[in-house]
Amino acid sequence: MVSRLLIGAVLLYIGILIVAPVGAIVHGAFSRGLGAFLAALNQPDVFHAFQLTLILSAAAVTLNTVFGVLIAWMLVRHRFRGRGLVNGLVDLPFVVSPVIAGYAILLLFGRQGWFAPFVQVTGIRVAFALPGMLLATLFISLPFVIREVMPVLESVGTEQEQMAHTLGASGWQTFWRVTLPNIRWGVLYGITLTLARTLGEFGAVLVVSGAVSGLTETATLYIFRAMDERQYLSAYAVSVVLGAISFGILMAMEGVKRRLAEERRLGTDNRRRRMALP
Amino acid sequence: MMAAEPRTSPSPLPTSPPIPPASGARRRIGRVPFSVVVIRVLALGYLALLLVIPLAAVVSDGLRAGLGVFWSNITRPVAWHAITLTLWTAAVMAAINAVMGTLTAYVLVRYEFRGKALVNALVDLPLAIPTLVTGVMLVILYGPQAAVGSWLKAQWGLEIIFAPPGIILALLFVSFPFVVRALQPVLLELDMHQEEMAYTLGASPWLTFRRVLLPAIAPAIASGTLLSFARALGEFGAIIVVAGNFPMRSQTAAVYVLGEIESENPIGASAMSTFLLALAFGLMVAVDWLQRRREARHA
Repeated sequence: MVSRLLIGAVLLYIGILIVAPVGAIVHGAFSRGLGAFLAALNQPDVFHAFQLTLILSAAAVTLNTVFGVLIAWMLVRHRFRGRGLVNGLVDLPFVVSPVIAGYAILLLFGRQGWFAPFVQVTGIRVAFALPGMLLATLFISLPFVIREVMPVLESVGTEQEQMAHTLGASGWQTFWRVTLPNIRWGVLYGITLTLARTLGEFGAVLVVSGAVSGLTETATLYIFRAMDERQYLSAYAVSVVLGAISFGILMAMEGVKRRLAEERRLGTDNRRRRMALP
Repeated sequence: MMAAEPRTSPSPLPTSPPIPPASGARRRIGRVPFSVVVIRVLALGYLALLLVIPLAAVVSDGLRAGLGVFWSNITRPVAWHAITLTLWTAAVMAAINAVMGTLTAYVLVRYEFRGKALVNALVDLPLAIPTLVTGVMLVILYGPQAAVGSWLKAQWGLEIIFAPPGIILALLFVSFPFVVRALQPVLLELDMHQEEMAYTLGASPWLTFRRVLLPAIAPAIASGTLLSFARALGEFGAIIVVAGNFPMRSQTAAVYVLGEIESENPIGASAMSTFLLALAFGLMVAVDWLQRRREARHA
């Protein structure tokens, strides 16, 4: 009896909080039929926006994955003074407002910013341009790979790496052949989270971009402008597509998470077995 | 989300300090291999360039004219209203989220029911949906032209869009996974023996929950709730659509920063940003402390 009540309460809550709004936007996007939905998407502005979003996401995922694994490696395997501080700093982008992330880039590369000389010397525009949007996107999605890889790196331990090293493998070989295969599901989970976060980033790029349509307009910025200009159908349609892509990533994420849990269980099982040996 | 202190010993790879031979261990301290230096320079350089320097630029700009000017910029009526609105809406969200998140985690761990896998996936949905899209969805559902929105207004006089209830709803949506996901592993690990014992001894379900279960899961609830509160203070995408940008009415702190940037008032923007950063940093330290305490108790 109590269990039914509790389950009912949870279902009701999730229904009102999550399912109803999602249903509303899907209904809104298809309210004038599939043809209108497709027509709303089939515009050069929309194409450009998705293109830019994909470019930014791909670049951010690549950089944050490479450097994320490197940083996770350093935090887990190295001992140095200030390690705790660095470890805490990594989490900051989770709680810093995206608006502030974007604003920081503007401050740094603006006319009186610390990096203004860099802009003058190289002629590369950062504020109100693509490089700035990339920096802001990198900032807000920095922690995901690091936070997913660190626990995996800890749980696999250094035993196999030591073995590879004893057998004469170079550091690089050991990383590619031993470490990376061991942490791959953690890396992959981190990548899906980074991807989901960067595809949907809005506040940071809004501040940095200055939103020149077709030039520095991402998918989320397009939605914002369409809402402002009361082109609701386009806004809903792009929202639904963006949400559907994210949902696809989420489903992939669930699969990866299951593999990760299995791997972790196997890993500890193996270690237990090894320890039981005489 | 904060990682535990790693317990692994340094590996003998060239990429980390080699395990010194038993003898002469002392002599080798201070000599760091070249590859370790390269990794550290790359990793720390990336963090400095991407994280530390930008945030330092904001804080130094915020405090440039001294603490007095900083404070007077924060306590301007418009700024102060934005801060109090942000704090109280986030607090209401955190309270609701703590209760409903705990309930959801409990139901997902302890009960079997049809559609459980779907509910489990739905919990993660807010992580995947762009926050701006969250805002758009709420406007469709509760906007003045929408069926539900106009009904609520006519029936109860309740305004949701461009008002605090909309902000709270948006924050609830965005931060729903935090408490649930912080709690699920803790509940899974928990021994059900004590609960069953209390139950057998005649304690009511509510008493069992309050006296046996709650003390064990309270730290996890606290850290999940605090984390969702900290995130809510900076939330922007969902709020800008739902609440708009109306100073003294529905303008939150993050939206205030945007307003100051747009009206080219960098002093106001930097002051508010610095204030928000300090708050976020303090809350992160608190969450970290809570998690450390929990781990210490487990160990």
